[in-house]
Amino acid sequence: MKFGVVQFPGSNCDFDTFHVLRNVMKRETALLWHKDHDLQGVDCVVLPGGFSYGDYLRSGAIARFSPLMQEVKAFARAGGHVLGICNGFQILLELGLLPGAMIRNKNLKFLCQHVHIRIENEKTDFTRAGRKGQVLRIPIAHFDGNYYAAARVLKDIERHRQVVFRYCDAEGNITEEANVNGSLGNIAGIRNREGNVLGLMPHPERASEALLGSKDGRTIFASLILSLERRKPARRPVLRERARHD
Amino acid sequence: MIDKKTLDQHGLTEDEYGLIVGLIGREPNLTELGIFSVMWSEHCGYKSSRVHLKKLPTEGKHVVQGPGENAGILDIGDGQVIVFKIESHNHPSFIEPYQGAATGVGGILRDIFTMGARPIAVLDSLRFGPPDDPKNRSVMEGVVSGIAGYGNSIGVPTVGGEVYFNPCYDLNPLVNVFCLGLADKDKIFYAKAEGAGNKVLYVGAKTGRDGIHGATMASAEFGKETEHKRPNVQVGDPFKEKLLLEACLEVMDRGLIVGIQDMGAAGLTCSTTEMADKGGMGIVVDLDKVPQREAGMTPYEILLSESQERMLIVAAPEKVAAVQEIFAKWDLDAPVIGEVVEGGRARISFKGEVVVDIPVDAVVNLCPAYNRPSRAPAVLPSPADLPPLPLPGDYGDVFLKLLASPTIADKEWVFRQYDHMVQVNTAFLPGADAALLRIKGSKKALAVSLDGNSLYTRLDPKTGAKIAVAEACRNLVCVGARPVGVTNCLNFGNPEKPEVMWQFEQAVDGMAEACRAFGIPVTGGNVSFYNDTEGLSIHPTPVLGIVGILDDIRKAVSPGFKAAGDAVVLLGENMEELGGSEYIRIVHNLEAGAPPAMDLEREKRLQEFLLEAMGAGLVRSAHDLAEGGLTVALAECAFHGARKTGCEVDLTDTLRPDALLFGETQSRIVITCRPANLGRFLKTAAARGVPAKSIGRTGGRDIAVRQKGRELLRVPVEKAYRAWKDALPNFFKVRT
Repeated sequence: MKFGVVQFPGSNCDFDTFHVLRNVMKRETALLWHKDHDLQGVDCVVLPGGFSYGDYLRSGAIARFSPLMQEVKAFARAGGHVLGICNGFQILLELGLLPGAMIRNKNLKFLCQHVHIRIENEKTDFTRAGRKGQVLRIPIAHFDGNYYAAARVLKDIERHRQVVFRYCDAEGNITEEANVNGSLGNIAGIRNREGNVLGLMPHPERASEALLGSKDGRTIFASLILSLERRKPARRPVLRERARHD
Repeated sequence: MIDKKTLDQHGLTEDEYGLIVGLIGREPNLTELGIFSVMWSEHCGYKSSRVHLKKLPTEGKHVVQGPGENAGILDIGDGQVIVFKIESHNHPSFIEPYQGAATGVGGILRDIFTMGARPIAVLDSLRFGPPDDPKNRSVMEGVVSGIAGYGNSIGVPTVGGEVYFNPCYDLNPLVNVFCLGLADKDKIFYAKAEGAGNKVLYVGAKTGRDGIHGATMASAEFGKETEHKRPNVQVGDPFKEKLLLEACLEVMDRGLIVGIQDMGAAGLTCSTTEMADKGGMGIVVDLDKVPQREAGMTPYEILLSESQERMLIVAAPEKVAAVQEIFAKWDLDAPVIGEVVEGGRARISFKGEVVVDIPVDAVVNLCPAYNRPSRAPAVLPSPADLPPLPLPGDYGDVFLKLLASPTIADKEWVFRQYDHMVQVNTAFLPGADAALLRIKGSKKALAVSLDGNSLYTRLDPKTGAKIAVAEACRNLVCVGARPVGVTNCLNFGNPEKPEVMWQFEQAVDGMAEACRAFGIPVTGGNVSFYNDTEGLSIHPTPVLGIVGILDDIRKAVSPGFKAAGDAVVLLGENMEELGGSEYIRIVHNLEAGAPPAMDLEREKRLQEFLLEAMGAGLVRSAHDLAEGGLTVALAECAFHGARKTGCEVDLTDTLRPDALLFGETQSRIVITCRPANLGRFLKTAAARGVPAKSIGRTGGRDIAVRQKGRELLRVPVEKAYRAWKDALPNFFKVRT
């Protein structure tokens, strides 16, 4: 399978994600330029972390308008897999591919630290290599990672089992103390109802090599590989067609 | 006509003015005077420090570039070089903490990538007044969030550094930023304008009125009116810099340019004249072509603006279009604003008129150097200055008090605001003895440590400076790296005061001696004088940034205890040295005595031996003894370790117990090893002439220290940890 990592101006985890997908997970990986309209036939689009367009407005608010994102939107609507990490998650929220919004961390400071997240739903294309309730140790690094959604929306995403990861302590308990950024329901990552789009605030690419202190992030990439290499990527030509008319 | 008042405003003396008139053969106009003013300022011209800096060793077999360029360069093998430098942004950070610190980061990053290197790590050395004062807290919050705001956005990890607190920084905080870059040896670029007919391109942000005379501001004392200097501080745009970084590295990687220089202090003036001078050429510039943020700017303002995120590029005429295309890809303009010419003059025009016509050599190289008078203080501090100190009643209480002292306490409150992991190279998180970064695609790793204890340098600048070098090296050795190169940031008071000049001389002498002893070259650095506010000078604060190489990252050693039952070994000797210690400062409220002695030969033997023992795989953890002495070091090993394992140690020295527990005698390291390796470790140490004593075992839930069997202190690790962990955040809790 082939991954594509989108480069926005201001992305800064693009090379990190590229490095892990290509050199650690050993999969073909392309860098996708934000001004292009070409998804280069990838099977999974990854929106990396960073400060797209400086994030001087709301995080991710400008990136959603970039030319490539129109293709990504069409790709996702057609069932293509999209993974948004940190700023990538924020962009997916702005784009409307995922419900909810991000506000400032509860302590009003940027936070960079290892956190624990629990796999809430192991039956997704992003978690099938993990176990239900498995605790992953993965770092976060963000200012706006405090997940918010209106009560009705929150109820809806819980009902459809869209919460994929929650902040927890090392033992897997969902506690207020473990909820470092103040997210509603300790939410660290959600998927869309169809299950092909996932956003999470922690950075799995920073937890993919033992040398850097954790390999837990690989679970997410391995799950995607497991899910996508089982299938025939028959949808791509159709997608190009649609994108042109968008 | 230039009068005395105008000269004063420009920080130039009448003698210096006379020199300028002689050099250009006529009276300068105001714009030209402005150019000389910034280029001959202390900040750019190093006029008080140059004669002394020559004493520092700058040669070494790995040195590709020593002082004089934007940053130093060392060869690390495999076709790669490291590029590094430290710089101060003290004055701006006091006036406007957030932007001052942010642009400090932006400036040093440009120094690194202008040489063709991708910045891979930032470290900061910060000095503030004590955090119980709300004003100091507000400065600190601003500085930390400024560093975070810039570094996090541009995607260069802030991987470590140090934070000290002392009332001498109440009105003059120090913000020293270090940056390390990595480049291919065959793709280094220099700030040279070569080849007549080559085009001069302006890239990056537009020029505004911000930061005019920033360099001159940094070359004078502050009074009460500093608030008015706020407009002198520049405003940073990390997003713009990120685009600039990527675009510059791309044109360099493609070999499209001849030379490149960032516009830092003294902006367009400095970059044009320096590039021309280094290329042995002249330069013509048309200011009308310079992108401007506001209307009606005068040539004086355009030339002296210190607007951030701007670079100057020299490229062959046939490559200009290709360069512009790459900048356009990154949404940046790259207009041609001038040309390289023969003749060694900078000729700058504005609205069709030549407004500047001066020899570049005079501006760049002929700034006068002063051997300013220096005078040792009437009474030099000595060990005898310490009054008889009563022994504390409860050593456990003192221990907890030291752990909670802001200088020693955990700095997570600071570094978790920094993205210290982006670029996925950070092998050791902040808090270890040194920052450790892997080099992708190689077994090698780079280690960096910043160090400088100004209590020591205040009491004895020479010894203090030696200790700073020794300790930074010791930190590197503690993670298993071999020190290879030095950059320094010398923060001092007003050099026109003979006592300050004496401190400076002494510190440079100490540094030179130590760097020679360790065989490590100084490849560059920065001098920040005039750290005086309302007539008070800061403690002399030389900060050393030392880089080390580890050949095999798998052999890196971290400070935390690895398991219960390991042998705890103390390398070095305990002596009764309490002068300048954090202990007497916190407990006895004294900044007095002589700092601990520094025997460079002994230190070198210690470091060589430890590297050898690590190479042989004998060492499981290593941590250097610094502020707070032995007990604090043991506590930190426990805090960093797995499961917060404690330790039980028994010392046989006949010393005052407080000196034994909290004294800061140098050249000491605490290591742990498997009991099976203890014999071999001690034997090798003895053979290398390094004092080493097995002092106890790891294990249990307490930190317990005995002297000849008598228990001096027993504190649960968890209790000690809370004292250390909570101290800094408690200052910043919202008070209701």
